[in-house]
Amino acid sequence: MSYRSPLGHARGLGSAKQGTHHFWIQRVTAVALIPLTLWFVFSLARLPSAHFDAVTWWVAAPSVAVALVLFIGCALYHSLLGVQVVIEDYVGSEGAKIAALLLSKFVHVIAGVAGIFAVLKIALA
Amino acid sequence: MSTPATSKTTPQRPLSPFMIGPYYKPQMTSMLSITHRLTGLGLSFGAILLVTWLVCLASGVDCYNAIVPHLTAWYGKVLLVAFTWALLYHFCNGIRHLMWDLGKGLDMPTAEKTGWGVIVVSIAVTAAVWALALATK
Repeated sequence: MSYRSPLGHARGLGSAKQGTHHFWIQRVTAVALIPLTLWFVFSLARLPSAHFDAVTWWVAAPSVAVALVLFIGCALYHSLLGVQVVIEDYVGSEGAKIAALLLSKFVHVIAGVAGIFAVLKIALA
Repeated sequence: MSTPATSKTTPQRPLSPFMIGPYYKPQMTSMLSITHRLTGLGLSFGAILLVTWLVCLASGVDCYNAIVPHLTAWYGKVLLVAFTWALLYHFCNGIRHLMWDLGKGLDMPTAEKTGWGVIVVSIAVTAAVWALALATK
């Protein structure tokens, strides 16, 4: 017995050949986030103070700024892919699903751009 | 339970069993799996908080000083401890997932052992991180 629908059979398109791309990028960003997350958590824990001057001085250091940009980029890309899967799994109606996916994409891209811009503004000031 | 829509043009395909409902009893491994999703979703909001903090830092001292008292208040600390644990849980369980992707640790006894490991390590490291944070402030 073939599980292919008559419509699918008539179209004869097959797969889009991108089936593993989403899965793979989710894993690539996950591996990148292993060292970045450890660095982020322990750097914040070791910050001597949460005062404006101390934190600005910390972010402005080139090594910190680069690591923060990488962390924000990888984390938000990883989050974008994860939230997409959750929406696709749990939002049933097609209209609400597309609206939620669009909202998620826009919020993630805005957050990523804003976060990276903020780090660069401080680092390059 | 509603029956799936069928017609002459759509063959009845096999459905994966629903994980929530009367078909599966809750197990430690499935609870950890849904917790991975929930912490991931929570961390998406944590990322927005991180970006808000950095944007305020870049905007100047007034904006920064307007939000930091909320983060250092008791409710802010509770939120930050929760984000720390969520991040470390997702981190540890994520490594468990990457090991599964490599085909390692998929048998039930190992999956349960690594599951308990994730719970213990994520809580222990959260405590260690906050002990370090409070000691250096």
